[in-house]
Amino acid sequence: MASLAPTFGRGAMTNSWTDIKNTDLVVIMGGNAAEAHPCGFKWVTEAKAKRGAKLIVVDPRFTRSAAVADFYAPIRQGTDIAFLLGVINYLISNDKIQWEYTKAFTNASYIVKEGFGYADGLFTGYDEAKRDYDRSTWEHEFDENGYVKTDPTLAHPRTVWQLLKKHVATYTPEMVERICGTPKAKFLKVAEMIGETSKPDKVMTSMYALGWTQHSKGSQNIRGMAMIQLLLGNMGMRGGGMNALRGHSNIQGLTDLGLMSNLIPGYLNMPVEAEVDFAKYMGTRGFKPLQPGQMSFWQNYKKFFVSFQKSMWGDAATKDNDWAYDYLPKLDVPGYDILRAFDMMAQGKMNGYFCQGFNPLQSFPNRAKSLAALSKLKFLVVMDPLETETARFWENHGEINNVNPKDIQTEVFSLPATCFAEDEGSLTNSSRLLQWHWPGGDAPGQAKSDVWIMSQLWLRLKALYEKEGGAFPDPILKLRWPYKDTNEATPEEIAREINGSALETLYDPADASKVLLEKGKQLPGFAVLRDDGSTTCGNWIYSGCFTEAGNMMARRDNSERDDWGNHPGWAFSWPANRRILYNRASADVSGKAWDPKRKLIEWDGAKWAGYDIPDIAPASKPDVVMPFIMNPEGVSRLWVRGMMRDGPFPVHYEPFESPIPNVLNAKIRGNPVSRIFPGDLAALGTSDKFPYAATTYRLTEHFHFWTKHVRVNAMLQPEAFVEISEQLGAEKGIAKGDWVRVSSARGFIKAKAVVTKRIKPMICDGKTVHVVGIPIHYGFIGAARPGFGTNTLTPFVGDANIETPEFKAFLVNVERIDSGPAIA
Amino acid sequence: MATSSVPSTLEIVRKSATKGGITGALQPSANEVAKLIDVSKCIGCKACQSACLEWNDKVEPVGINHGVYDNPIDLTENSFTVMRFTEWDNPMTGDLEWLIRKDGCMHCADPGCLAACPSPGAIVQYANGIVDFDSDNCIGCGYCVKGCPFNVPRISKVEVKATKCTLCVDRVGVGQGPACAKACPTQAITFGTKEAMKKQADTRIADLKSRGYDQAGLYDPPGVGGTHVMYVLHHADQPQIYANLPKDPHISRVVQAWKGIGKIGGLGLIGLAAVAGFVHHAVMGANRVTAEDEKKGAKVQEDQV
Repeated sequence: MASLAPTFGRGAMTNSWTDIKNTDLVVIMGGNAAEAHPCGFKWVTEAKAKRGAKLIVVDPRFTRSAAVADFYAPIRQGTDIAFLLGVINYLISNDKIQWEYTKAFTNASYIVKEGFGYADGLFTGYDEAKRDYDRSTWEHEFDENGYVKTDPTLAHPRTVWQLLKKHVATYTPEMVERICGTPKAKFLKVAEMIGETSKPDKVMTSMYALGWTQHSKGSQNIRGMAMIQLLLGNMGMRGGGMNALRGHSNIQGLTDLGLMSNLIPGYLNMPVEAEVDFAKYMGTRGFKPLQPGQMSFWQNYKKFFVSFQKSMWGDAATKDNDWAYDYLPKLDVPGYDILRAFDMMAQGKMNGYFCQGFNPLQSFPNRAKSLAALSKLKFLVVMDPLETETARFWENHGEINNVNPKDIQTEVFSLPATCFAEDEGSLTNSSRLLQWHWPGGDAPGQAKSDVWIMSQLWLRLKALYEKEGGAFPDPILKLRWPYKDTNEATPEEIAREINGSALETLYDPADASKVLLEKGKQLPGFAVLRDDGSTTCGNWIYSGCFTEAGNMMARRDNSERDDWGNHPGWAFSWPANRRILYNRASADVSGKAWDPKRKLIEWDGAKWAGYDIPDIAPASKPDVVMPFIMNPEGVSRLWVRGMMRDGPFPVHYEPFESPIPNVLNAKIRGNPVSRIFPGDLAALGTSDKFPYAATTYRLTEHFHFWTKHVRVNAMLQPEAFVEISEQLGAEKGIAKGDWVRVSSARGFIKAKAVVTKRIKPMICDGKTVHVVGIPIHYGFIGAARPGFGTNTLTPFVGDANIETPEFKAFLVNVERIDSGPAIA
Repeated sequence: MATSSVPSTLEIVRKSATKGGITGALQPSANEVAKLIDVSKCIGCKACQSACLEWNDKVEPVGINHGVYDNPIDLTENSFTVMRFTEWDNPMTGDLEWLIRKDGCMHCADPGCLAACPSPGAIVQYANGIVDFDSDNCIGCGYCVKGCPFNVPRISKVEVKATKCTLCVDRVGVGQGPACAKACPTQAITFGTKEAMKKQADTRIADLKSRGYDQAGLYDPPGVGGTHVMYVLHHADQPQIYANLPKDPHISRVVQAWKGIGKIGGLGLIGLAAVAGFVHHAVMGANRVTAEDEKKGAKVQEDQV
């Protein structure tokens, strides 16, 4: 999501699952939808069966998605950027550009500041010691009014267009083959099929997931495709879009609610130390439009922020105390992501850990480091519906969890929680859809809802502060707690609070005599939010989910107009029940649909109207207000200024562990600005000892580490395995069903061998590269056979922008062995 | 849900080893039902396997990985359906194809199991074409296994009864489709009248042909009178590549002989044999199945396929 927001303005799947049926071409790259999203994949099947749509799969393995694809092309993991920039090079060279769209709706014509440059794999401003850029040259040229200078002819040598053309010229089909191992003919076939959708009446959808995010340059992988979709004019279109498929049913909800150390709900930022007061914090958040007449919707930031503060601290958040700005923690580092947290823990700098609904011992890279880190904690609290390996990390399970309980002093508290089927609430799926659900059964034993547990924690903390005082008790003591039963808020109360309500009667700003909303009423949506403390709203993007009309998330009207798959009466989609983001871009500059068969919204001379909620103020003149309203430019960004740490354009870098050196810039290892802690740098392996390119993934039969508890799922895929090619099997004397030992610089696992035609060796830079595929689902608890954690092998380094670990590309060795794990 | 409405009456038209119960083929009728398995839409997720176990309340033990995705590795007394994964290099295109076929009872119009069954009423066929086993009447002899051209029935070790897919006759009887079809996320499995399923197959075959699968077609083999489980195959000219789906299945001559003209004489011979057997048993003791016998049995089975 750290790539979609800098490109388009919002970090979310742009279209909906059901909209995929409207496409002409599906590209699955950086994901395996049939495997990991089988239910959503039905819409691909629909598009194929009903529209004759084509499906392309690009993946190191011939996957379940590839099994039903029209065209499959192999690619070495970790080289997606070379492939995607190769596609852009093809599109430009072969004039497969939706020109009118590109010129009007992207920043192609924007002029970049003098001094910005790119050479030898690096942009200007690189500081090797800091592994960071000084990004001051990554900016546009502005005129005297503060608007970006443009050259609509695109001829100026410093337009984004000219820079892009130059930047991608390296990535010829030959270079793509050399880096990616994709045979040139196959690459060209994919590029040609993609290029066809530059026609205004053809669209392509991109479906991707963790195959793109779990890399040290994950955000830039996604940028590569986002740029392609812009050049083809596929954004904002029915059947188009960048469709980020989420790995958990509610992980979209997690980011929307800001459950990250550097976020506040609704993609607001947690203040940093340097932002000592509210004025300073707001000082960099003016979001003045960079072109005349643009909406620049983040100009409303203060309304969202103040309303959030009111939802947190109610009457204690006043104008005089800057809406309780001081109550918010201030970050001393960019963020306490999981890698940093576990590194601190390993160093003894973090003593207690709350683990709510996840299983880090199985999920985080370099399992040995996680074990050592957890062993240093004073206490660990695990809230989970299932028994997790994390909660039992101190147990010895032979080779697969080789610890000595005597040496571990960590006190572990296991708090059994309800699961999704035992409580009420909403889940937000990939397509931003908030769907209410009801309990299907009672919770077993002593299990309590997460809300009850969190409520009790706060009540007890509050009692302690009241009794003992403290350095700064106010944020805890003055928390707004408007729930009927003090002991436990109901899901409905929380949902109403997130939606927000009027704290005072709201009058129309244009006509002070007109009442918009009476005091105490639920807000109809974020449009009525105020920055004067008269509204409260827990998460502005969710506003509209629980209005005076009731719980919009509980709606179950699945009718659709003209069979086009939007279902506006089914649940609630943020923002404002809009189903396709940037839908104003489905029409040309004058406001007419690019494709009359794919009408979404059109300008009727006075307003925007059509099939979806317009993603623009309804009265916005079509030739003035541009479609990407979240960006101060009004247009989307092919070149993202200083908004991403690793560059305004994507660049091909090898994974930190790679079977071949970076053929473009041999000196650069990995992403030059990815953060890597000293100990973890030392724990990286090289191809002389670990010659094979490994990747990890899920299987349809399982969901992470949950379903190994379920007997049926356990039976369907009972035992840990790794996949290798027939060629590697022959070379190493490994047959189907043999035991193998797979090792990396960080440890080893033992698993069964699946020797398959679906993995084939690739030739990269003249060298044969063997791929080793490793599913993730096994552990030492559950109904499935006990197995090693795949994360024993993976490196402790993450994406430069968001720190998602590089699970998808690393190095291993593989040996045949005579027997499986020794389990105590 | 593509399951179209089907008649839910369950009128038995044939019974195994019952006088007048096995003569003549199933009369084609508008009431015939079928499950259509579109191999070209299948992603091998095994939701059908899972739904089958859940609906039939069966427990399959947690096994091991055999070096392939198939699990369990074969049909069992509990698993009435399994996905069979085949990695096939297409010699025409040079491309790999991953063929995933859901295996299970085909519900033949002319069922070899029913023909082979010696126990009255242990196997029945309904007017809608569904072939079902009645465990109350089953003696667990395993003749149905030998009689099946698709090698489908399995004999439970504990109850000593034959088991197989019932086409969810208990669901169909109340107007529902089979559990596997309900669970299938891509509608690779659909259910309806045989006529409707054939029509649906036609549109799928046209789509596959438009994508270059010139030999796409419907698998509804005439050698067994057609089936009530049909496949859409991308390569209908080579069903064998789909984990040995038989190209021209028919009821084995042995079964035909045993149930046909041979039966009358055979019954007399059985009487004689029973007497001889009793004498033999009394004198020599019980028979043991030798490895050689097992091999021969397997050979017979292969010959039938």
